[in-house]
Amino acid sequence: MSDTDIRSALTLDQVEFHWAGRNAFGLMVPDFRIAKRERVLLLGESGSGKSTLLSLICGINAPVRGSILVDGTDMVTLRPAARDCFRAEKIGVVFQQFNLLPYASPMDNILLPLRFAPERRARAGDARAAALVLTDALGLARGMMKSATADRLSVGQQQRVAVARALIGTPFLIVADEPTSALDAGSQTNFLDLLFAQCAVAGSTLLMVSHDERLAPRFDRSVRMEDIATLTRQAAA
Amino acid sequence: MILLRLALRSLIARRLTVGLTIFAVALSVALFLGVEKVRTGAKASFGDTISDTDLIVGGRSGSVQLLLYSVFRIGNATNNVSWESYLDIAARPEVDWIVPISLGDSHRQFRVMGTTAEYFERYRYRSGRPLEFDEGRAFDDLFDAVIGADVAATLGYDVDDPLVVAHGLASFANHDNQPFRVAGILAKSGTPVDRTVIVSLEAIEAIHVDWQGGAQIPGQTTSPDKIRAMELTPGAITAAMIGVKSRLQIFALQRSMNQYPEEPLMAVLPGVALQELWGIVGIAETALVAVSGMVVATALLGMAAMIFSGLNERRREMAILRAVGARPLTIMGLLMLEAVLMAAVAAVLGISLLYMGLWIMRPYVDAAFGLYLPIEPLSLREGLVVVAVILAAAATSLFPALRAYRLSLGDGMTVRN
Repeated sequence: MSDTDIRSALTLDQVEFHWAGRNAFGLMVPDFRIAKRERVLLLGESGSGKSTLLSLICGINAPVRGSILVDGTDMVTLRPAARDCFRAEKIGVVFQQFNLLPYASPMDNILLPLRFAPERRARAGDARAAALVLTDALGLARGMMKSATADRLSVGQQQRVAVARALIGTPFLIVADEPTSALDAGSQTNFLDLLFAQCAVAGSTLLMVSHDERLAPRFDRSVRMEDIATLTRQAAA
Repeated sequence: MILLRLALRSLIARRLTVGLTIFAVALSVALFLGVEKVRTGAKASFGDTISDTDLIVGGRSGSVQLLLYSVFRIGNATNNVSWESYLDIAARPEVDWIVPISLGDSHRQFRVMGTTAEYFERYRYRSGRPLEFDEGRAFDDLFDAVIGADVAATLGYDVDDPLVVAHGLASFANHDNQPFRVAGILAKSGTPVDRTVIVSLEAIEAIHVDWQGGAQIPGQTTSPDKIRAMELTPGAITAAMIGVKSRLQIFALQRSMNQYPEEPLMAVLPGVALQELWGIVGIAETALVAVSGMVVATALLGMAAMIFSGLNERRREMAILRAVGARPLTIMGLLMLEAVLMAAVAAVLGISLLYMGLWIMRPYVDAAFGLYLPIEPLSLREGLVVVAVILAAAATSLFPALRAYRLSLGDGMTVRN
């Protein structure tokens, strides 16, 4: 293992993945790395395999070949249960939309990952206080944290709660899948400011996926999906 | 317990469908326990019909038949016991007391039974409770009658009201010439006595003075005063209740009566015959339990269907849980937890419904069917039924939970909906 492997937050090496079933397709990622604390934008159209790549990085799906190192640990070698636990400890996820459990309070939504990640929970200290620090920084009123269920919040508020959930307990890597697509231009800028600021505070590495190239200047680096991955489609036999 | 809180919140968020499902399961639980209560109540009530009588002797037929006509006043005796045999048995050293019973006539829809005044003392029910008089007292005149509580209530009789006995059971031939007087009304006992008109053995003879071969002798009427002067020893009785001096003698006495040389007799132990009879009634009981069991199963299947139908809308939710680190097994567990919570709430609701129903229905059931339903805590068996329902809920939720498991494995973080 070279120095770069240790220094890099995320390394995908000769990764090969196949979806079975009717929409069978394969994804190959020969070499993709992100350095620690780096903010990377991954650009790609819908259907370019972005979501599949993210679920590989998060360890929800396992590749047939290759290795995926997060913070120096090869997730591919972990057993499924250990991988789930590793994800809970190391990775905070923000989705495109429908990020929150609609029936739970925003507070419970934020605290949810800690239930599966004891180390992260310990790091967070007083979890509720830590959550409030985050939501204060993200500009969410304290009153709405406990009372309302998450589905009463506006889309913008929901996305900020989702960021708080991804950041609580300072996970090593933040993975965001088109988190701004449901927001208008003004809110997008605002949202990114908050996201970057909080990642900097937590010292987390950020990988964000989008199809919007206009966001690229705000990141340390932007990568095109087609530059790092090859997609093979085959019609159903 | 954030997961428990989430499961609860998720259920509350879907309160309409969840509420209806819970209500269905609760109703089925209440029904099942209600059937169970009625069943045990009926069985106890049934077993309590007669106590403290060691043997019942009658003409030879079947033990259940003898019990049916002598105690329950259902059906008819095929053979009688001659008065000589009766005296013979009464004279035996083992016999402590003996009460004759003579059946065959009726008043309106109620059976008339001839017996001795000792009957009111010897007939016991519900482990030794004696009959009590609501009004009046036992007969002391030849044409006195004592009526059961149901007879009084149905026909609106009071003490001193007249009462005409009909010959046979469904007959238009009345014993008009010898009207009776209501001497006493018995308190409700929940036994067949409630539906019986009791007269003295001599009275049964008296009303048949002018009768021969089941029909009135034309033109012949004997006045009550003349009858009073007559010798009214019965020729035969229908059956007799016997108490022995020592319980050890019961079987010897039973055997000797079953082998009685002068005429074909039969003696039964009421407890054994009751059990035998319940064995026949028990088929209906089993059917009842089976049907209410089906209702519980149906309600649980409904719940499984409800969880199934919700799965597709909840794939997003499961993807979120997976993304924050929940294992597929955790998601499966969460769904089963929801089912168990629903079943537990349903069980509590069902038990409350049961006791509310019992509390409301009890006086009515007691009055209408003579069925005493005690309001007491759940028996061990009933408690086990409740536990079984909750376990069955967990088991049935296994199917939708397994599907959720597969969905969450397959979907991962990407849900296309």
